[in-house]
Amino acid sequence: MEHLLSLFVRAVFIENMALAFFLGMCSFIAISKKVETAIGLGIAVIAVQVITLPANNLVYTYLLKDGALAWAGLPDVDLSYLGFLTYIGVIAAIVQILEMALDKYLPALYNALGIFLPLITVNCVIMAGSLFMVERDYNFSESVVYGFGSGLSWALAIALLAGIREKLKYSDVPAGLQGLGIAFIIIGLMSLGFMSFSGVQL
Amino acid sequence: MAKQASAKDILLTPVFDNNPITLQILGICSALAVTSKLDTALVMAIALTAVTAFSNLFIAMIRTQIPASIRMIVQMVIIASLVIVVDQILQAYAFTLAKQLSVFVGLIITNCIVMGRAEAFAMQNPPWASFLDGIGNGLGYSLMLIALGVVRELFGSGKLFGYEILPLVKDGGWYEPNGLLLLPPSAFFLIGLFIWALRTWKKEQQEAAVFRLAPQVKEGD
Repeated sequence: MEHLLSLFVRAVFIENMALAFFLGMCSFIAISKKVETAIGLGIAVIAVQVITLPANNLVYTYLLKDGALAWAGLPDVDLSYLGFLTYIGVIAAIVQILEMALDKYLPALYNALGIFLPLITVNCVIMAGSLFMVERDYNFSESVVYGFGSGLSWALAIALLAGIREKLKYSDVPAGLQGLGIAFIIIGLMSLGFMSFSGVQL
Repeated sequence: MAKQASAKDILLTPVFDNNPITLQILGICSALAVTSKLDTALVMAIALTAVTAFSNLFIAMIRTQIPASIRMIVQMVIIASLVIVVDQILQAYAFTLAKQLSVFVGLIITNCIVMGRAEAFAMQNPPWASFLDGIGNGLGYSLMLIALGVVRELFGSGKLFGYEILPLVKDGGWYEPNGLLLLPPSAFFLIGLFIWALRTWKKEQQEAAVFRLAPQVKEGD
């Protein structure tokens, strides 16, 4: 239990997906102009991350890993090189199913999150979550915790950035730095702030 | 079709005038984490240029056959297959570099440049032009990545490609390395500054301010 808690804290603060690994930057910068939409996208990322990471974990453990096909009578088969293709397929399929399910059963939530869901398939955070999970050999329960933690870390970062950028439009920025340039400098400062968590150990 | 004249445009426009990173905000995702050393930055740049060029080429070849409703999946499969090839080549011939790049080679799949160019250019244009467009956008990305890699490795650890350029104080030289440049925040600062420089040079890329401050008025005027 303690181990999982420490994994969670590390995923949210120390190994922040956006600020320490630069992941999901395209939508991080493009969608962070308003706090409301930023939080909507953040929640969508958390939801997709929590579902896809354990799913990919199961796919990896029972289908792709070296010797994982032993249950099918093929103990010598190593399909791990098909990983990239499989994970992106699983992610795309789950996002599609989630979109249809939300549309049918929770229309209110679909109206709030629906426009973000197609964007999420190509959001690097989701894919990176699965790749990190494989690289670090997480088991099933760890992958659930890591999925939630890494999703939350990204959502937290984009909500904070949107808050700052909402105020920033009233400030007098040099013409060449306006917009994208100043956004990068702000993200740099936020990243510097998050580095102060790096000594935290549970 | 006048291909001779426009081939050069297709190749060079994305490098400065329409740089994928500084103007289109594409593909920053997997870019910055690999730039603390020049050799990883260079390998990443080559890998991405190759994947963009060839995915554009193949998608343009079959663009008339792809049904519109499943084009995303088709593009994804082509891109993912190319990335698998690149990853296997790296693991076979440059294993230590592949280890350092860790998940970031895989993340080329979700890099918006590849997908964006496939969708925006390769679906409407013939294979050869698409191939050049892929190389051009790859070069625009590479330019940024290599510039970052040079600055970060040279001033962060006094080296280039692992060879010492600026003699360090701890080895009896004069250069005290700036450790901040090896940490994530510096990449953001540097990109911000690059954008500032590029937009001061190319004024038409500047964004308009949302609110303009009224000039300060002296009392008595």
